[in-house]
Amino acid sequence: MLARYIAQRTWQLIPVLILVSIAVFLIVRIIPGDPVLVMLGIDPEERVRISEEQYQALQHQLGFDRPIYVQYFNWLTNIVQGDLGLSLRSRRPIFEVILERYPATIYLAVTALLTGLAIAIPAGVIAAIRQNTSADYAAMGFALWGIAMPNFWLALMLIVLFSLKLGWLPSIGYASPLDDPFRFLQHTCLPAIVMGTDLAAPLTRYIRAEMLEQLKQDYVRTAWAKGMPSRMVIVKHALKNSLIAAVTVVGLQTARLLGGSTIIETVFSWPGVGKLLIEGIYSRDYPIVQGSVLIIAVTYVFINLFVDIVYKWLDPRIKLE
Amino acid sequence: MKQETLPRPWTAADTANTYFSRFLGACQVIARNRLALLGVVIVGTWLLTALLAPYIATHDAYEINIANRLKGPSADHWLGTDSLGRDTFSRLVFGARTAFQVAIGAVFLGAVFGIPIGAIAGFTGRWVDAILMRFMDAIIAFPGRLLAIALVASLGGGLFSLYIALGVNSIPSYARIVRGVVLSQKEKEYVEAARMTGESGLTILFFQVLPNCLSPLLVRLSLDFGHAILAESSLSFLGLGLPPPTASWGLMLKEVTPFLQLQPMAAFFPGLTISLIILGFNLLGDGLRDVFDPRQYQR
Repeated sequence: MLARYIAQRTWQLIPVLILVSIAVFLIVRIIPGDPVLVMLGIDPEERVRISEEQYQALQHQLGFDRPIYVQYFNWLTNIVQGDLGLSLRSRRPIFEVILERYPATIYLAVTALLTGLAIAIPAGVIAAIRQNTSADYAAMGFALWGIAMPNFWLALMLIVLFSLKLGWLPSIGYASPLDDPFRFLQHTCLPAIVMGTDLAAPLTRYIRAEMLEQLKQDYVRTAWAKGMPSRMVIVKHALKNSLIAAVTVVGLQTARLLGGSTIIETVFSWPGVGKLLIEGIYSRDYPIVQGSVLIIAVTYVFINLFVDIVYKWLDPRIKLE
Repeated sequence: MKQETLPRPWTAADTANTYFSRFLGACQVIARNRLALLGVVIVGTWLLTALLAPYIATHDAYEINIANRLKGPSADHWLGTDSLGRDTFSRLVFGARTAFQVAIGAVFLGAVFGIPIGAIAGFTGRWVDAILMRFMDAIIAFPGRLLAIALVASLGGGLFSLYIALGVNSIPSYARIVRGVVLSQKEKEYVEAARMTGESGLTILFFQVLPNCLSPLLVRLSLDFGHAILAESSLSFLGLGLPPPTASWGLMLKEVTPFLQLQPMAAFFPGLTISLIILGFNLLGDGLRDVFDPRQYQR
């Protein structure tokens, strides 16, 4: 049953991935101006410095003299083989550059996810079991404010407090957890809190609502009635079922973290794919922009797939639309 | 109310009355919900601020005064000054104009494309539905902010690019809402009856079926306004949105970031303003949801 679901769900992914690839392919084509000059990083004013023969040779080399669908298929074939082209600035293969940067993004996303869960689960549970008390209002206030607050502003405020005023934590930089776990934790602390808050705010609200729903159910009443200790009722019964429902939200938010990490990576100079994308935009290195967008989008699509499968595994009643 | 002695035909005035009483009912529900009321107050205040910006601002929002740079709050400059000595309060006031301008354009674009796409997909069904919704899936397959960044990177900064970048992001949500409602309504008797009277498919769709989408769309619009303002600030903060010296809240944050050590207050107020207005739209959206979907009210 699960295998069939996975197969169906994966099959549905193909048109989405094709459309995503078309969109990424078109990114460069919608830039105003001549795509040949854009892809070579040449300013339009410098066009006169290239002779017509040179221009045509470059156009041919890039494949821009062929019909657009041929260009797309060639591009797609290269991508499937792991060839994303060369960076205009460093002349290095983009696939290699992205592979270097990818782990930093994933480490940050994972620490942010753990931080988010560590905030949201206790906050949501306490808010639900102490409904309409000051603890509940505090948790809901945090959630409402956390959803509304721009994450880059929180980042700046934390830098002011913990780096500039107190001097406890570094504001920029990175160390791999494999090389130096302690320095990694120091550097990841602030970005993980910022992105964790992003995740925790909506999740706290969701867990609270789910817990309230579960606590009203008959099976919980039965557990109370038979004299089960309250910790058991709350953790083993109500929380467990609330978390199953929360899996989708956690998954969607984690996937969103990857997309939103662009700005946080930039604020904290975290050398991930998001920062690579912004560097690419600043230096008009469009192949890098294309490659980074493609990698982030594909990761996002696959996380969503994974979340759907996990959810189906946890709750077999789910049907494919 | 005066009792009617004879039945009379239903008039346009009656329809207006019905809508008016529904509107009053909705206002009452919002007024009873303190958080939603707070949302209305916040959004209303900022809307007025945007409209009356030249009368509210205490200084010229664009006047540079280097001698006065990075000052803290004072009697002359209520919220201090930025790195070029411009008055932060006045820039925040004019920034409200920018925020609403971008949000209105982006939300309008999303709705103008999203609503017909959803309506056509739901009403036509079959392959048209399948193709249109796969396109929507492809847009959703991008993390929202990423798509906006990619589009702005390609189109260049500026107001028009922001409309497109932020508008495209919200097309699928409108399309999905409208499609869902249309699918649930199109088999109903009143649609059948309208068909029998010989009305065309388009007339039925726009005048009979689509008004049912109004409530979920209003909730969506309110939340999307907040999203658009946040997205505009994020893009401007990255330097990909509106060009300087525009008074944009995100750009204000970007401009003072290098001077955090010297004057943290200069970064504090713009961020607080963004948070407040988004909170306002979110509370308003939640309130509207309570009005239109009372089942969720207790949650």
